[in-house]
Amino acid sequence: MKGLQDSSWLNITIFAVFVAITLVIVLRASKNNKTAADYYAGGRSFKGWQNGTAIAGDYLSAASFLGITGAIAINGYDGFLYSIGFLVAWLVALLLVAELLRNTGKFTMADVLAFRLRERPVRIAAATSTLAVCFFYLLAQMSGAGGLVALLLGISTWTGQAVVIAVVGALMIMYVLIGGMKGTTWVQIVKAFLLVIGAAAMTVMVLAMNGFDLSRLLGSAVEAGGKTGAALLSPGLQYGLSDTTKLDFLSLGLALVLGTAALPHVLMRFYTVPTAKEARKSVVWAIWLIGAFYLFTLVLGYGAAALVGAATIKKAPGGVNSAAPLLAFQLGGPLLLGFIAAVAFATILAVVAGLTITAAASFAHDIYANVLAKGKTTPAAEVKVARRTVVVIGILAVVGGIFANGQNVAFLVALAFAVAASANLPTILYSLFWKKFTTRGALWSIYGGLASAIILIALSPVVSGAKTSMIPGANFAVFPLSNPGIVSIPLAFLLGWLGSQLDRRVEDPAKRAEMEVRSLTGAGAEKAVQH
Amino acid sequence: MSKEAHPDFQLVQASPEFTELRRRHRSFVFPLAAAFLIWYFAYVLLADYAHDFMSIKVAGNITVGLVLGLLQFVSTFAITAWYVSYSNRRLDAAAEAIRAEIEDRAPARAAAEGGAE
Repeated sequence: MKGLQDSSWLNITIFAVFVAITLVIVLRASKNNKTAADYYAGGRSFKGWQNGTAIAGDYLSAASFLGITGAIAINGYDGFLYSIGFLVAWLVALLLVAELLRNTGKFTMADVLAFRLRERPVRIAAATSTLAVCFFYLLAQMSGAGGLVALLLGISTWTGQAVVIAVVGALMIMYVLIGGMKGTTWVQIVKAFLLVIGAAAMTVMVLAMNGFDLSRLLGSAVEAGGKTGAALLSPGLQYGLSDTTKLDFLSLGLALVLGTAALPHVLMRFYTVPTAKEARKSVVWAIWLIGAFYLFTLVLGYGAAALVGAATIKKAPGGVNSAAPLLAFQLGGPLLLGFIAAVAFATILAVVAGLTITAAASFAHDIYANVLAKGKTTPAAEVKVARRTVVVIGILAVVGGIFANGQNVAFLVALAFAVAASANLPTILYSLFWKKFTTRGALWSIYGGLASAIILIALSPVVSGAKTSMIPGANFAVFPLSNPGIVSIPLAFLLGWLGSQLDRRVEDPAKRAEMEVRSLTGAGAEKAVQH
Repeated sequence: MSKEAHPDFQLVQASPEFTELRRRHRSFVFPLAAAFLIWYFAYVLLADYAHDFMSIKVAGNITVGLVLGLLQFVSTFAITAWYVSYSNRRLDAAAEAIRAEIEDRAPARAAAEGGAE
């Protein structure tokens, strides 16, 4: 891994160029940040393909780029299996959520629920689960940054890594403060473009070395794996160890496929386009880009297994995450490594920025403007609160990232998906499609889904009772699975139904009619901001 | 929400045009959503519990599992394209017509006597 560290200055330089270019873009984009719709939704003026690229930029986090490539290199087929759930999930967004949400809401998920349910309680509930998902996802990204720094910049001291995490956090706060949603979106677009181009170039190189024959590539991966190589082509290396891990994977698959369409930072992206039709186009673009990208990771993962070798990857600093950078070095020397390393950094920056603006919007729009100030506030005051929230969340993310650095917090991403699928998706679907849904149903479903997912994780082997646990010394793991989805998701759906059945209050049928008509026709939907 | 007179959404909701739009939308997205979820979980269960079947080699080093996995990509892309074409042909014009009706005629209708369709 000598090569990796030698080129750290090159990596930093390429990253600095990325930061400089995106800063110019963010400054230009910030000129028109006047209203709340400008700040939260980029003036609703993005085109479908732009927003679709930004969605891909938001979604393809360092975990999917470095994590999935590494998982395929080490665990073969099971890594590929994991990536499929992330793609198929977008059909839920396309068919059931994106357009109807765009037609009925303004900035946040709570807007949709508050349309026909009682505003105060559902806004507080929806904001709580939004903030919880953003917090788990943010912490996972920021703590991952530490490991990435060690890997790509050769900084191995805890203090050194803490400084880099703080710098990344400060940059992110600056982007979001200055650029708002418009600036954040452009950072995502640039990053998604670089990531897909970089991955495509590496994929072509790997395929060219194997005569564009996938079977031959798989053969070389098996050969490089030695005695255990053949297992790379079959399922089971990661998830097939025991009956518990098998059930665990089923639970994870459920959370992935139902969680994606309910991730708050994904939902918020649907408001940045002028119409529902553009929201549809966004998802279509996102599906093509994300699908193509996961096909690339299949080639890159097996390519890393063949050209770098599982043993070398496991020994490298950063472990599994080092597969993609090591493959880049093998294929294109320090320059390609520098490019891929810079893209990986940009990825963390962009994903963290997207999460931060979502959390800030939810706090300022749902909690401050509609609950604390009871709607008696100006958009300017609301945006001011949102900007302050950005700073607070940014600082929390940096502090959390520094302290979580080195901790085993990989489960946080899966937890974020499980909470989104349990607390958010049932209420979104019920309020869009089910006539008899009531406020009590929404509250039971959101709080029940949120609480069950978090409590089950706390009582699972990821927190205690195993060598790899967060607290290895203690043992209160009464729930055997590391993924709570298989219990918490059906429970939240059930609670939403039961709460509505037991609610004697009937929701206003006029509001219900308005919501249904508007969701399908777009009548009276929020328009793009004219400048 | 528009500041001008509020159109009667319950009347629109009960109108044959809107009922037909809702039927077209739901009769397409619900069965398709159920189908892709069943297909996805069938695949996950096979990969989870039928290791031997998924490891059968079809050609060279290409296994049944890899083919089924790649088919998940194909079906996702195909459903996406199908939904877009269905929306363009069967949903957009109908939704547009109802929206125009609500947004353009709402003020005029409120000014008139009954406000009925």
